[in-house]
Amino acid sequence: MQDSIIVAVLATGIVAGTPLLFASLGELLSERAGVMNLGVEGMMLIGAVTGFAVDVYTQNIWAGILAAMLAGGLMALIHAFLSITLKANQVVSGLALTIFGTGLSAYLGKPLIGVPAPVTFKVVAIPGLSEIPWLGTILFSHDVLVYISYGLVALIWFVLYRTKTGLILRSVGENPAAADAAGINVFRVRYLAVVLGGMLSGAAGAYLSLAYAPSWLENMTAGRGWIALALVIFAMWNPLRALAGAYVFGSIDALGFHMQTLGVVIPSFFLKMLPYLFTFIILIVLTRETKNRRVATPEALGVSYSREDR
Amino acid sequence: MQVNIMKNWQIEKRGSVSKLMQFVVPLLSLLLGLIFAGIFFMLTGKNPVTVYTLLFQGAFGSTYGLSETVVKAIPLILAALAVSLAFRMQLWNIGAEGQFYMGAFGATWIALSFPQWPAYLLLPAMFVTGFLFGGIWGLIPAIPRAYFKVNETISTLLMNYIAILWVDYLVFGPWKDPHGYNFPNTAPFSPNAILPAFGRTRIHWGLIIGLVIAVIFYIILKYTKWGYEIRVCGESPKAAAYAGMNFVRNILLVMFISGGIAGIAGMTEVSAITQRLQQGVSPGYGFTAIIVAWLARLNPWAIIAVSFLLGGLLVGGFSIQTSGFPAATVSMLQGAILFFVLGGEILGQYRLTRKGKE
Repeated sequence: MQDSIIVAVLATGIVAGTPLLFASLGELLSERAGVMNLGVEGMMLIGAVTGFAVDVYTQNIWAGILAAMLAGGLMALIHAFLSITLKANQVVSGLALTIFGTGLSAYLGKPLIGVPAPVTFKVVAIPGLSEIPWLGTILFSHDVLVYISYGLVALIWFVLYRTKTGLILRSVGENPAAADAAGINVFRVRYLAVVLGGMLSGAAGAYLSLAYAPSWLENMTAGRGWIALALVIFAMWNPLRALAGAYVFGSIDALGFHMQTLGVVIPSFFLKMLPYLFTFIILIVLTRETKNRRVATPEALGVSYSREDR
Repeated sequence: MQVNIMKNWQIEKRGSVSKLMQFVVPLLSLLLGLIFAGIFFMLTGKNPVTVYTLLFQGAFGSTYGLSETVVKAIPLILAALAVSLAFRMQLWNIGAEGQFYMGAFGATWIALSFPQWPAYLLLPAMFVTGFLFGGIWGLIPAIPRAYFKVNETISTLLMNYIAILWVDYLVFGPWKDPHGYNFPNTAPFSPNAILPAFGRTRIHWGLIIGLVIAVIFYIILKYTKWGYEIRVCGESPKAAAYAGMNFVRNILLVMFISGGIAGIAGMTEVSAITQRLQQGVSPGYGFTAIIVAWLARLNPWAIIAVSFLLGGLLVGGFSIQTSGFPAATVSMLQGAILFFVLGGEILGQYRLTRKGKE
């Protein structure tokens, strides 16, 4: 393979990986607090349509992103209420969120199909850094949201592992009863984590409709929400590994795109299968591996917490 | 036993769930779900009453509508029975959609390979292949689940996308009908490969198959040792292991049968309704089936009733499409209903009382 194509694949891989990164960081926060939210796909779609609609209406891209985050957060709030307060089954509640979000976004977005986005995120090459050969193109010639995502990974990593807030969040996901006994409001922490996670999923959706493919299309996330969920497992609930994973997945996506320029003829359907296939295999390999190590899955993931069961 | 939700109120666990509540809560959830979605209609300037009238009339307001509702209920009954079996064992088979596609693929393969076979040979062959292919698609994620505890929620889901893309590849590629005016579908099946319908409706033998499977499920789960094992494995894997039940074998078997029945749903749909394999042969039956199973609380009889209701929603959704709504509006309704079903469960099990009353 020529160098230029490798660089192109990796650079496109970062852009394709960014919505996955936002969404999986959000899910990571939620799961660290012990709540599994299978509604990522639905929250992304709502984020995508809201962000796009607000962008069209206000001509302000930042208003679009903020509205998308708000909408994603509101969606997550439904899941939080059902699964934390009412102790509903987290799997079914998350699925309901995805089904609802898919329908609502299609309904709200109907008039927006074919409308061009008035303002979109443009590539801003960072002066100096972007001139580094290879790396400059791969890492520093993107839109602002990509740079924000770099910062977000560092921030979430720092908060999780180096602050008291992070300790509280993790303890709620590991052993809510002990956290409760230590005076932590388990319900409040879980609510915050789930809603924050939803906001990041909303942003992930808006990245698709405002930067990646600036437009609105019904069901435009095309399963990325599910890949983001698998990515959290791949990342073993660690934001740095989530970053690496998102870019690997993004690059597979990009590889399919560049394959044709290399003259490799593979029906596009098989290339589109790759991320799902790859995730499945990774899932098996990692689960086997983590069985022998103590890390990984938050102990209380997927389990509702009731004080009386303490 | 109490949970604080608001200052002066508390939720108290009921001793037992009353029969009346078991019936009222799902209906109330349905109604509240429609009202919730209605708010979104109102916010966008549509009159919800008009929307629902249109929807109801389309689904239940005519003989044609009613028969189409049954037609849509058939794949839902089959797929919901499929997932409910797995759910009983706490196996989250979210892959019915993909298993449906693989069943449809298997049946189509036989139908296209042996079109000259007589119907009494061809249809059973399609049936068995549909079951096998769906079953294998369910078995693939079951193996890592059984042996290494790989999360089946995610893996069954990923398998959906692979199955759908595989069928897309076939109908856009090698299996595309050369005389099909470039539509993504295979050539039509020979008359021998078509599952008969009743009278002049499109209601077909899949309905009978679904009812028979419901009866078999009821008997197995209620009266057999294996049914008992499934329940115990679902409720407490530890107890199951202690009692000497083969947990691994049960996972594999249940997921294979679950996938197989979803595959039958795919077989009956291509054989009776589309009469060829085409892109998007399932408009999400496998996902809707999960809602059906949950609404019906995994009860085979309730699954039949709920499938009929949600089938009506799909048909009604088609009729509102002609008035400018996207087809996915139905997903919005389904999701909203499911929210209230989940919320309603707590009403069945708990009651709200004022603090300090007793």
